[in-house]
Amino acid sequence: MTTTTPEIRKSKNRRGRGVMGSTGLYIATSVAAFLFLVPFYLIVRNALSTDAEITGENWKFFPTDLQWGNVSDLFSNSSVPFAQSLWNSTVVAVLHTAGVLLVCSLAGYGLARIPYKHANKIFYVVLGTLMVPTAVTFVPSFVLVSSLGWVDTYRGLIVPGLFSGFTCFLFRQYFLGFPKELEEAARVDGLGYWGAYWRVVVPNSLNFFAAMATITFINGWNSFLWPLVIGQDPSAWTVQVALSSYTTGQTVVFHQIFMATAISILPLVFVFLFLQRWLVQGIAQTGIKG
Amino acid sequence: MSTTTKLDLAGPAPAKASPARPRRALRGSPTFNFWLFTGPFLIGLAIFVYAPIVWSLWLSFFDARFTVTPDKFIGFDNYKYMLTNDDFVGSLGTFTVFAAFIVPTTWALSLGLALLVNRLRFMRAFFRSVFFLPTACSYVAASLIWKMSIFSGVRFGLMNTVLGWFGVENIAWLADPSPPWYWFVIVTARLWLQSGFYMILFLAALQNIPGELYEAAAIDGAKPGWQTFWYITLPQLRATSTAVILLLLIAAYQAFDEFFNLLSKTTWGRPPLVELYYKALGESQDYGAGSAGAVILTVLIIIVTLFQGKIMGFGRGDEAK
Repeated sequence: MTTTTPEIRKSKNRRGRGVMGSTGLYIATSVAAFLFLVPFYLIVRNALSTDAEITGENWKFFPTDLQWGNVSDLFSNSSVPFAQSLWNSTVVAVLHTAGVLLVCSLAGYGLARIPYKHANKIFYVVLGTLMVPTAVTFVPSFVLVSSLGWVDTYRGLIVPGLFSGFTCFLFRQYFLGFPKELEEAARVDGLGYWGAYWRVVVPNSLNFFAAMATITFINGWNSFLWPLVIGQDPSAWTVQVALSSYTTGQTVVFHQIFMATAISILPLVFVFLFLQRWLVQGIAQTGIKG
Repeated sequence: MSTTTKLDLAGPAPAKASPARPRRALRGSPTFNFWLFTGPFLIGLAIFVYAPIVWSLWLSFFDARFTVTPDKFIGFDNYKYMLTNDDFVGSLGTFTVFAAFIVPTTWALSLGLALLVNRLRFMRAFFRSVFFLPTACSYVAASLIWKMSIFSGVRFGLMNTVLGWFGVENIAWLADPSPPWYWFVIVTARLWLQSGFYMILFLAALQNIPGELYEAAAIDGAKPGWQTFWYITLPQLRATSTAVILLLLIAAYQAFDEFFNLLSKTTWGRPPLVELYYKALGESQDYGAGSAGAVILTVLIIIVTLFQGKIMGFGRGDEAK
């Protein structure tokens, strides 16, 4: 009896809240969701409107005719090399992701699994960088990169960002939990550390790699401060720097600005819709982005 | 028995090792492999993370205007200059105001969204995606939407349109520092961008709270809702809350993108990194003072991180407020 009473009370409570509570719950959630979607609505509306419709006397909820011509209009604007910037961003984000994953996962594995007497000291060297966010040191980094002659180059945009102490740390933590038996089996089959890593460890960690890749790619595509500092010539602008130039430019052409914004977001929305599972899992596991 | 096992153990071991050793002497040695795996990363770390910090320490003691190889040693003058510079000190004030706004609001909003989504039975994945979707947007894109569309100071801005329906005059959201409406623009932009991300962290934590706790509370007569939230959910989320607040604070400290883009033609509302950007890479190209500023910011963030970790990690549940 004593055990059943609370059971009944609990289920009653739940059911009691069920009708009233869940209506309120869905209303509150829907209102919040509506507000979160407003900016996306504005991007689409403005990107496909004429400037007259955007700046008109009365609010126009949606353009009368969808202005797909805004796309060609945007790419023919010679003052902002938008097509070039899209290409630059693609190159930078892809190479950034590949490089970070390669370099940081190897180091993370080495720190986690290869016995070496000074491994702990070296791990502290890596941990030390976590205290200093890279954004804070952009002035000295720029000084270094510019003296290497890497301003306005892909090297300058990509290489300094590859050595993320944080990503290395996350890989180390992940590999610490990787089942040892699998590696031992690889060892029995005569593989060294290198072979075991590529043939056994990596293929069995693809979920984690996918999560890290998604997060790294989004950050690479969206990063702004470093590309702004390095991309001094318009030909080296990434898409974020190109977008930013609209806010500082003299003439404002609304439909171009918003078409540019829409196009810049599009790849990530796709990444997002298809890779959300890994993204959510990666964030929940590691508690990070960036 | 024991002797035979000993023999078995002792016997094959050297035999196994001897054919393996020549082949594996170098390739198989752990030390060699350790450096093979970590070497590229550590070299990069030394060049691109540690070297700039050391170089900026060195630069910060020199008169380094328009040059990165200065020869005029000036001691602590750059530090004195930065610490008495109204713009730089003011930027630390801007950061403080910003953090005071953004940290509690993001914490509350992301926790609120997580609690809502966590209780949904239907369409849970849909709503989670909606709140999470802004995470894909860049700060630059959000700044454009906020500046040019939602909070445009003229009548066709969305906010002014909506306010106009209620007879409110147009507000110059960004173009006028008094009243400081620009804070509203900046804080809402970042809230939209980052709340979904922290919501995911809270959702993961909420799902880790053992259900028995709520059952035990029900037995003790706690009313579901506020009471269980206050006495079970919130204390159970303490570790996550601590981490979230720390992450938010560090992110706020590094704020650059939205301030730079939203307030591009203004002199107010400049957080530390924006100030540093104009100081070091603007007209004056003062790398000495810029480096001194970077060193000051670095020291400050290390202090804040250590201090916060200590207070929040070992303190009692004050973060609930």
